[in-house]
Amino acid sequence: MSPLVVANVSRRQFVQGLSLSGLVLAVGYPSTVRGQEAKKYGADAMPNGWVDNPLAFVSIADDGTVTIVCHRSEMGQGVRTSMPMIVADELEADWKRVRVAQAPGDEKRFGNQDTDGSRSTRHFFEPMRRCGAAARTMLEAAAAERWKVPVSQVEAKNHEVVHRATGRRLGYGSLAKAAASRPVPERQTLRLKDPKQFRYIGKGQTKLIDGRDIVSGKAQYGIDTRLPGMLYAVVARPPVYGGKVASFDAAEALKVPGVERVLQIEDSPPPAHFNPVGGVAVLARNTWAAIQGRQALKITWDDGPNAGYDSAAFKASLEQSARKPAKVARNDGDFTAAAASAARRVEAEYYIPHLAHATMEPPAATAQITNGKCEVWGCFQSPQATRDLVAKRLGMSADDVTVYVTLLGGGFGRKSKPDFAIEAAVLSRAVDGKPVKVTWTRDDDLHNSYYHTVSVEHLEAGVDAQGKPVAWLHRSAAPTIMSIFDPTAKHEMDIELGMGVINVPFAIPNVRIENPEAVAHTRIGWFRAVSNIPHAFAVQSFVAELAAAAGRDPKDFLLEVIGPARRVRPDTLGDTWNHGESPERYPVDTGRLRRVVETVARESGWGRKLPKGHGLGIAAHYSFVSYIAAVVEVAVNDKGVLTIPRVDMAVDCGATVNPDRVRSQMEGACVMGVSVAALGEISFKGGRVEQDNFNSYEVTRMAEAPRVIRVHIIPGDYSKPMGGVGEPGVPPIPPALCNAIFAATGKRIRRLPIRDQLKV
Amino acid sequence: MIPLVINGKPQTVNLPGETPLLWTLRDELGLTGTKFGCGLALCGACTVHLDGQAVRSCITPLSAAANKKVVTIEGMGTDAVGTALQAAWVDMGVPQCGYCQVGQIMSAAALLKRTPKPTDTQIDEAMSGNICRCGTYTRIRAAIKGAAAKQGGTR
Repeated sequence: MSPLVVANVSRRQFVQGLSLSGLVLAVGYPSTVRGQEAKKYGADAMPNGWVDNPLAFVSIADDGTVTIVCHRSEMGQGVRTSMPMIVADELEADWKRVRVAQAPGDEKRFGNQDTDGSRSTRHFFEPMRRCGAAARTMLEAAAAERWKVPVSQVEAKNHEVVHRATGRRLGYGSLAKAAASRPVPERQTLRLKDPKQFRYIGKGQTKLIDGRDIVSGKAQYGIDTRLPGMLYAVVARPPVYGGKVASFDAAEALKVPGVERVLQIEDSPPPAHFNPVGGVAVLARNTWAAIQGRQALKITWDDGPNAGYDSAAFKASLEQSARKPAKVARNDGDFTAAAASAARRVEAEYYIPHLAHATMEPPAATAQITNGKCEVWGCFQSPQATRDLVAKRLGMSADDVTVYVTLLGGGFGRKSKPDFAIEAAVLSRAVDGKPVKVTWTRDDDLHNSYYHTVSVEHLEAGVDAQGKPVAWLHRSAAPTIMSIFDPTAKHEMDIELGMGVINVPFAIPNVRIENPEAVAHTRIGWFRAVSNIPHAFAVQSFVAELAAAAGRDPKDFLLEVIGPARRVRPDTLGDTWNHGESPERYPVDTGRLRRVVETVARESGWGRKLPKGHGLGIAAHYSFVSYIAAVVEVAVNDKGVLTIPRVDMAVDCGATVNPDRVRSQMEGACVMGVSVAALGEISFKGGRVEQDNFNSYEVTRMAEAPRVIRVHIIPGDYSKPMGGVGEPGVPPIPPALCNAIFAATGKRIRRLPIRDQLKV
Repeated sequence: MIPLVINGKPQTVNLPGETPLLWTLRDELGLTGTKFGCGLALCGACTVHLDGQAVRSCITPLSAAANKKVVTIEGMGTDAVGTALQAAWVDMGVPQCGYCQVGQIMSAAALLKRTPKPTDTQIDEAMSGNICRCGTYTRIRAAIKGAAAKQGGTR
């Protein structure tokens, strides 16, 4: 059983290698200020913070094999390679002799494990460096002791400790036991490498740790778990949010060959939280039999209060809200007066529908309960929340629940919500603890997701005689993610407003940001880049519209609106969240924003002569404390068919650990941004999602994807704060694409998806 | 009992003939390299070779595979084209989450066996049935060309 092996590897190798005894875990203390009143930022502010103890993360076997624990979930961002690379670099380990073990959900032991918010590298670069440096120091001390020489005379180098004077060498394997018995050095005494000495960090030669397993089909995802005697389950869930089973008849389902049990899962009334929505489960000998059994169920649903949810009507209601004054989220100067005296007024409204993550691996989890202990395997972005919520639902202590994290076949925010793990756990309990795997089919995934919100973004500007904006109004109307926790929540939270609506650092004196009420009628969740997607689409489209109205070059105009290079405290923009980071360490730096715009313009050949029907569009966006700009080249033929010959992206995320993965995340974000802009739409009718599969919820395929994606990474400095990478590449793509379409055709797209709006 | 030849090995399974090959491979035979993505031949994650043709195993009933040669990703390690593709995929860092990549490689292998020097259009045609939500398409294309070149087919 591979997942078991993964789990046992860490446990067994801890015992063989460094021991866990006498260990005091250092859990996220504020690095500069210890006072309780001091606000915490970054990893310090996350639940269970960070751990930098090498005994939790590093083990070394007698043969010298180094096993490094990765406590963050791998979903394509390359974290199972980049986190261990950081440790291995400081440890002076030979990467060829490094194995990676995946941590179970245990934040007390490993620090925060919520793999979301584009946070892994910026929050754990320093703690992982210290883990590696501490283990290296322990190995050096063990060697010095064995040779009876001062520790200052020895040096760890490429999996060995060397005595400089005599050239004697000891391999890590032969030192492991002695090193493990030494005290872990004090954090303050650690000697970290000079970045010039990095051997893996920032170099880009390190191949993916799971690459071979992935291409040979050996890699284990949540859906691949197999346990002896396991039952395969699929669940018929209420088609309307807040609905429940009124009655059901399982007689026909039980006649399907291979079906063994039909069980009701208790519904969880709103707020949704991360609870399963309830329904009727069919447990069978294999997944297919379970699917057939589910088709044979006769279920009468009680749809509840959201049965009237209709996307067309909701769009109209959001538009109405967005056209009236609303709750003020930021107010600089006097928009009304400045707009009234402006030379000209420009107004536009943008619509972005609900989206579903549609991870290629749908949600899947397996659970078994033996001797009062529950084990869960699956593709989880938040293994500790999974553990806590499974324990809560089963009425167990979290200590009696173990959550093993497999590879995730895509995450994008969906797999932060462990509703599917709770389903597996309650079904296992209902069959006396037997292992049960719950697999979501594609229609399940699209019908019962935690959807990206739906929004209307209303913008108005007053411009001077040269067309430059002097007054800016942005009303953002969208149901909030908070609604899954608090059903009365009707306004965007600080974190949503802080995703590119209030914290827009433009050089405009009169700015008014408003946030009308919007009621959620489905589960709203976070989708890669979250509210940055609609906000950036609106803001960066509108800037281009203002440029067009002024008859100006869009790139020059964008730079002018950004204004001169300056470091703006986010709280002065009304943004108290700032992606959880300190406003001093992470100001909004318009110089960096300008630089990505200038870089992408230069690298893309902005202004170059293009064939007929082609156009270039530009957009830039600051999110997850990184700065990204994109230039998209489109071609629209005489039938209105859109193709994308090339995209250039410039990224300033600070210094990088694995530049190739930064590049690949930008490429992927680009394709996802194209998919969102061109095709993505989840719509509701009668409270039900209208899309069932990839024929109705279309996503970008190879032929429609950008043919060339060039990523330009701005060099960074390891002494400066790092930025996020997984998400911030998405938001600039839809506006850059639509700006390019405008350049090519003169048609302005204000409603996503583009789908057939270009057809002639 | 339905006789199957999977990766060169004769086997029999005791399942209804309408059971899709996908679930037979994954749930009954433990060959989990072949992935489920949609169940309707819309995404390509479940692609295998049936008598040398790329097919979507999620809509291929067991009865249609009886006595035919089924090759899955687990059988690609001994296939010249398969190994060339796998090496190119690793070298070029194609995978992100990796979930769809098995199906991508199976589609690419069928393409290169049929067309050793594919054009961009031929790659588009052969690969557009395979979805990658991580968006690795540019690297998939490059890896197919790289593997083709190594196989002696460049264009």
